[in-house]
Amino acid sequence: MLEVKNITKTYLSGNVQFQALKGVSFTIQDGEFVAIMGPSGSGKSTLMHILGALDTPTSGTYTLDGKDVSLLSEDELAEIRKNNIGFVFQSFNLLPRTTVLRNVMLPLVYAEIEAEERKKRADQALRAAGLEKQHFDHLSNQLSGGQIQRVAIARALVNNPSLILADEPTGNLDSQTGEIVLKTFQKLNQERGRTIILITHEHEIAEHADRIIFIKDGLITQDSRHHQKRIARPL
Amino acid sequence: MKTLDILEETYLALSANKIRSFLTTLGIVIGISSVIAMLAIGQGAQSSIQSSIQSIGSNLIIIMPGAQRGPGTTVSAGRGSAKSLTLADAQAISQEVSNLKGVSPEVSGRYQVTAKGTNTNTQVVGVNSAYPDVRNVAVDNGAFISEQNLTTASKVAVIGPTVRDDLFGVDSNPLGQTIRIKQINFTIIGITKAKGGSGFGSQDDMIFIPLTTAQKFLAGDEYVTSISAAAQDAESTATVQQQITDLLLTRHHIASPQLADFNTLNQADIAATASSVAQIFTILLGSVAGISLVVGGIGIMNMMLTTVTERTREIGLRKSIGAKRRDISLQFLIEAVTLTFLGGLLGVILGWLISWGITYFGLIQTKVSPFSVLLAFSVSAAIGIIFGYYPARRAAKLNPIDALRFE
Repeated sequence: MLEVKNITKTYLSGNVQFQALKGVSFTIQDGEFVAIMGPSGSGKSTLMHILGALDTPTSGTYTLDGKDVSLLSEDELAEIRKNNIGFVFQSFNLLPRTTVLRNVMLPLVYAEIEAEERKKRADQALRAAGLEKQHFDHLSNQLSGGQIQRVAIARALVNNPSLILADEPTGNLDSQTGEIVLKTFQKLNQERGRTIILITHEHEIAEHADRIIFIKDGLITQDSRHHQKRIARPL
Repeated sequence: MKTLDILEETYLALSANKIRSFLTTLGIVIGISSVIAMLAIGQGAQSSIQSSIQSIGSNLIIIMPGAQRGPGTTVSAGRGSAKSLTLADAQAISQEVSNLKGVSPEVSGRYQVTAKGTNTNTQVVGVNSAYPDVRNVAVDNGAFISEQNLTTASKVAVIGPTVRDDLFGVDSNPLGQTIRIKQINFTIIGITKAKGGSGFGSQDDMIFIPLTTAQKFLAGDEYVTSISAAAQDAESTATVQQQITDLLLTRHHIASPQLADFNTLNQADIAATASSVAQIFTILLGSVAGISLVVGGIGIMNMMLTTVTERTREIGLRKSIGAKRRDISLQFLIEAVTLTFLGGLLGVILGWLISWGITYFGLIQTKVSPFSVLLAFSVSAAIGIIFGYYPARRAAKLNPIDALRFE
């Protein structure tokens, strides 16, 4: 479970203070598929950084799996990212000239998992993300955009995190491949009970989630569940 | 992050840019190999100077006449030109000074020497039978000058191998043949063993004749041009030198050592001076090579900074999946240290090859010491740490959010 309470974030650029988040609160249950939507400059990126433990809020609290993340040090935040969060980026961020398998195993390297176990888990994660086995030993630059993003999803899954954060995951893909990637997220959510937060500025993409949180000028303007059937679905 | 994983990451990162890694390492290779080669040359030169000083005799004290001064004038004919040492001085030294291995008075001069249609200009030295002991000369073929030769002032000569080669041809056997010095015939009774080296006048390029013969037929007076004395051991050299000085001062009726009409030279002093010159030479060569090592280190730093900038997004990604500062800084530091360590290894091999080549082609006898190898290794590792630290720190301090956005 993830709980955000009255979070604010203020940036100081030069002498000008800029408040990116002006008090945001919500709760996301385990197994939910939530889209956070808003135009650029709405504060959704800032919110994502805080949810992803890349940054800490100026005030307010953020609790992830019962742990207060808002006051942690840099290394403690790294620990949270390692164990509790999986990221999927718009620009994929795979290591270039590196095999698919190695890319997916990278988080396990930092988690100091045994080599044998790494292979097994990476294999499972890649299957879950829907990549065919024949691509496992390909280099990351030999794959298509859709395949690359599925590798990135597998990398996010491999540590068995409680939360998967996807930041505009279809932003660099054509609509057809984008659809495949979004279907992959839906499948992970429905079949494996993964908690997924999707950050996007496009309504059609947000539609794939069960719940949409709209954000504008640093405040939540709407929080709606449009697929009634999926609310509070048991794990 | 486990050590094995860091090493694997390092290997992958360095092999991804093979040419760049190689060129960067080359800077260190050149630096280390020149340090090794320069130190080997310096130390080789030092030991060859030492051995050529040793070859003129061990624990040797050379007594030479002082400068000749005419009464009332300031014109000096230079040191060694005076005729102040006599055979009697040499006899007095051998009788009165303790801890002596031998005393060898010498009368030397350069003469044109002829033999059956060939001739050469060389050093002719009148010596007594103690000479081989005092000056480390051995006879290869025949015999050296005997007491008998000395008392009868016989016209016999022992020649060095260079003289033999010049007059009779390489590796010939001229025993019993005749050479002419100053229109006087001398019969060859022996040839000395080759000693090699040059240093203080090669003893291979000399003709030895009985001292009495030299005084009577060549010099025409009773003086000697120098006296060599050998002490029993290295420790007694200084006291022997002092005793000789005191004895000669008394014999020549001179009150103060400043006014002495002779000079004594101690071989240990010569050796110390020569080796301190060689040491300065080694330090000079070593520091020039050291500068190239620093330049190589800057090359490493330059490459690491470029790498950090190039891989900013990768660093951002690594941080986002849980890498701590320490993981990142260790990764980049080990990349730098690996480069310098490999450079050090190749540099030691190359430096050793260069030294070997210099020895092989007979330029100078070099000597690679384990110390210089150890020094090179620790310096290269230290350069990796020093020049890798700043880039690694810069990588570790990157903010993951900014790093991920970096274009």
